[in-house]
Amino acid sequence: MNGPQDLGGQMGFGPVAPEVDEPYFHAAWERRALGVTLCAGAMGAWNIDESRHARESLHPADYYASSYYEIWIKALEVLLKRHGFVTERDLEAGTVVDPAAVPKRVLKAENVPDVLAKGGPCDRPVAQPGRFKAGDPVRTKNFNPTGHTRLPRYARGKHGTIEAVHNGFVFPDSNAHGQGENPQWVYTVVFEGSEIWGEGADPTLSVSIDAWESYLEPA
Amino acid sequence: MSHDHDHDNELDPFAARVRALETILTRKGLIDPAAIDVIVDTYETRIGPRNGARVVAKAWADPAFAEWLKSDATAAIESLSYTGRQGEHMQAVFNTEETHNLVVCTLCSCYPWSVLGLPPVWYKAPPYRSRAVIDPRGVLEEFGLTLPATKKIRVWDSTAELRYLVVPMRPEGTEGWSEERLADLVSRDAMIGTGLARQPA
Repeated sequence: MNGPQDLGGQMGFGPVAPEVDEPYFHAAWERRALGVTLCAGAMGAWNIDESRHARESLHPADYYASSYYEIWIKALEVLLKRHGFVTERDLEAGTVVDPAAVPKRVLKAENVPDVLAKGGPCDRPVAQPGRFKAGDPVRTKNFNPTGHTRLPRYARGKHGTIEAVHNGFVFPDSNAHGQGENPQWVYTVVFEGSEIWGEGADPTLSVSIDAWESYLEPA
Repeated sequence: MSHDHDHDNELDPFAARVRALETILTRKGLIDPAAIDVIVDTYETRIGPRNGARVVAKAWADPAFAEWLKSDATAAIESLSYTGRQGEHMQAVFNTEETHNLVVCTLCSCYPWSVLGLPPVWYKAPPYRSRAVIDPRGVLEEFGLTLPATKKIRVWDSTAELRYLVVPMRPEGTEGWSEERLADLVSRDAMIGTGLARQPA
């Protein structure tokens, strides 16, 4: 979706302002927000793509006014409600009012090291060979899906070159919506800065994205 | 959004909101608060940019490892026991005399947790995510880094599940240094591409 998350090339957000010796957390609640989010995800009711889509579906004004952990928590509340684990009445009351759906699993403290070390690989075998090989010229599709996608707006309808062929990976555009993993080949596609930004582009710049096969057409 | 928590009135509203959510999920038996403690401890004290610095130092010191890192970063990094969440599919990109690499996630906050730990706030915030792809030189200036006008800049937007680690150029005057000593020269920012390796003192 053309949501607030799709930031590449947007203007007006000001300088980056890196913080010297930045701590990992800027408030005690951010520690809990990280942990709650990971523990809730570990129930296995949604995947990372649905989770990302919940974050980018926040109202743009809310998204831009929120810190990243605030975005996480606001989206987590949406996911927990959608999957029947909490209700609006629970959240209004700040305590348990309604019963919860039964999770597939609950992450226990003793299992955390293993679960974090294992991660969540999302490469998958793809039966058919890849359509493109390194060096192939391609054009990214021009589309504006209302659902989740990982093709940023700045890189739509642009000519680039396949630089690397990776594995098959779960396709976020369907996986985010409970429509299956539908793995596709993923490619690193590199674009000249001028192809993307046109007049005045930095002549020394090239930008790459990692694109699922269905985002690409031969050029 | 209008949650009232009389019992939490010593907290700011968002802290109260997170506490209430943790309480609800805990009472429903959906999460284990002790698991949260372990997660926080892991990312606050165990997994951080020192991991990535050791990977870079080894690549500087050991050409065979550098080749492995170039061709199969996931396996090469796994050989140092840095594995797991948000490091499942790694790519290492090497700075050269000709090209400087810079990593961003314009769409969210994708970051190689297994080698760099949790991302800094600026990496997740709109100024960096919006400008890294269109004005990388301007962004680098804000980190105090001015690249020669002729240097090529390659920006890697992490739009899929590959996670990028920049291998900065090894500083001169470090011949014969141990990997441990070399690792001290490798900052987090150098491995994102918003910095260079530190010069030996």
